[in-house]
Amino acid sequence: MSAAPPTGRRAPWRRTVLAIVWPGAVGLLSALLLLLVALPLAGLLFSASPRQLLAGLGDPLVVPALRLTIFTTTVSLLVILICGTPLGWVIARRTSGGSGAGRAGKVWRVLETVVELPVVLPPAVAGVALLLAFGRRGLLGPGLAAAGIGLPFTCAAVVVAQTFVAAPFYLQAAVAAFRRLDPDLILVARTLGASRPRVLFTVAIPVSWPSLAGGAAMSWARALGEFGATLMFAGNMSGRTQTLPLAIYTALESDLRTAQSLSILLVAVAFALLVAIRAGARR
Amino acid sequence: MSALEVALQGMAGTLSIDVSFRAAATPLLLVGPNGAGKTQTLMMILGAARPRRGRVTLDGAPLFDDERGLDLPVEQRRIGFVPQRYALFPHLDVLSNVGYGIAAPSRAERRRMARALLRELDAESLAERRPAELSGGETQRVALARALASRPRALLLDEPLAALDVSLRRDMRRFLAERLRAWALPTVVVTHDRADAEALDGEVVVLEAGAVVQRGRLAELAAQPATAFVKQLVSGPDR
Repeated sequence: MSAAPPTGRRAPWRRTVLAIVWPGAVGLLSALLLLLVALPLAGLLFSASPRQLLAGLGDPLVVPALRLTIFTTTVSLLVILICGTPLGWVIARRTSGGSGAGRAGKVWRVLETVVELPVVLPPAVAGVALLLAFGRRGLLGPGLAAAGIGLPFTCAAVVVAQTFVAAPFYLQAAVAAFRRLDPDLILVARTLGASRPRVLFTVAIPVSWPSLAGGAAMSWARALGEFGATLMFAGNMSGRTQTLPLAIYTALESDLRTAQSLSILLVAVAFALLVAIRAGARR
Repeated sequence: MSALEVALQGMAGTLSIDVSFRAAATPLLLVGPNGAGKTQTLMMILGAARPRRGRVTLDGAPLFDDERGLDLPVEQRRIGFVPQRYALFPHLDVLSNVGYGIAAPSRAERRRMARALLRELDAESLAERRPAELSGGETQRVALARALASRPRALLLDEPLAALDVSLRRDMRRFLAERLRAWALPTVVVTHDRADAEALDGEVVVLEAGAVVQRGRLAELAAQPATAFVKQLVSGPDR
């Protein structure tokens, strides 16, 4: 009767090797990725003297691009909040609980997927899609032309491009937050005489506020960095359609320091707004 | 005479519900095992779920009537509701929770009325607290005060004592029985518990698999239990 060798036991030397190799491998692989992320950031911040960076900010590209970026991202964020909150509410209500089971629930679920598609859409594809919808030869082109509206290559096109790519981030957060709401909260509010709009504004939104603010921050960050779709759909005209990312691209062709200054400016603006929104959400 | 009359048929998922009762001065106790359709019955009375057929009338006025195509929205039915987990608004303090349903000409007046309601439920000292800071018993009092704030003409309580500690339950049961008598509103109380039925002292309607299997006073049920569940209920221990 020969006993089978116990499985799961390793020879002592193999255990020793594993004890040395494993932490080493984990450390090496982690360090590689950390370096890859940290080095460019360090390069951005430390490769030029503060004086050079300040001089870079004196470039005539900077002020119009900053002004346009703040203006367009504010408008697109407002559009996203004002239209996205009711849409998120309807999708959450129609796809959860008893009403999510029927055919109507399925339709809303499909709609949700469609609206959230731009998250995975490459920006270049977004640019082409926007041109094919609103461009002169796009779906709405003839209609818009008849009304005397030419959308592409205007400031409004910048807002449209930003809204298109950024809205899904807020919408996802809003739908998830509204789905998490205790349905009893909504029902009780209504038994107390509250109309549907009052329930949304006095219960659903305030209770979901932290998640909504987080989604808004994500959306805003995405709009701020928007480059590809804007370039294709709105162009790159200083003062009209040239946002900070496009100004960085333009500056890169002539002066690396200006591009660097603008990049740091963009990071600083984004960071400041994120901190502000986080602080607002925690209140 | 103030009364809530219910005669409804409808579906809750795959369960078909057929229930009828009349709640007036003494609380009506809706009893049954899990999944019998008790909460779904409350939802249909409130207007949050749509019955297939039947009528709900409150003080003689119809709230739902399929023959007349009448289906009042939740906010117009004026039925106070305390859900099982109470569902206080987490972002509002206690006073604002109670004030939510009060229609008053000014904010000051609304707060005064909310305070008076809290006093009636021995909970005035909680006015400035947040729901997260309340104990189970305190939460229940605030939820009751809030349900009364919109001057409802009937009251639905879904397992009002189930979320409480056993030690607290006995006191709250007595408290609830006494207040319900004082308010004299048509009230439906969903419960699992014989002691609740005893203390609240009303007609018991036993629901099993969506249908009423027996109704009557607890003593009548005890004398001739119609099903195994009723037998277990009437001989059940105090909890």
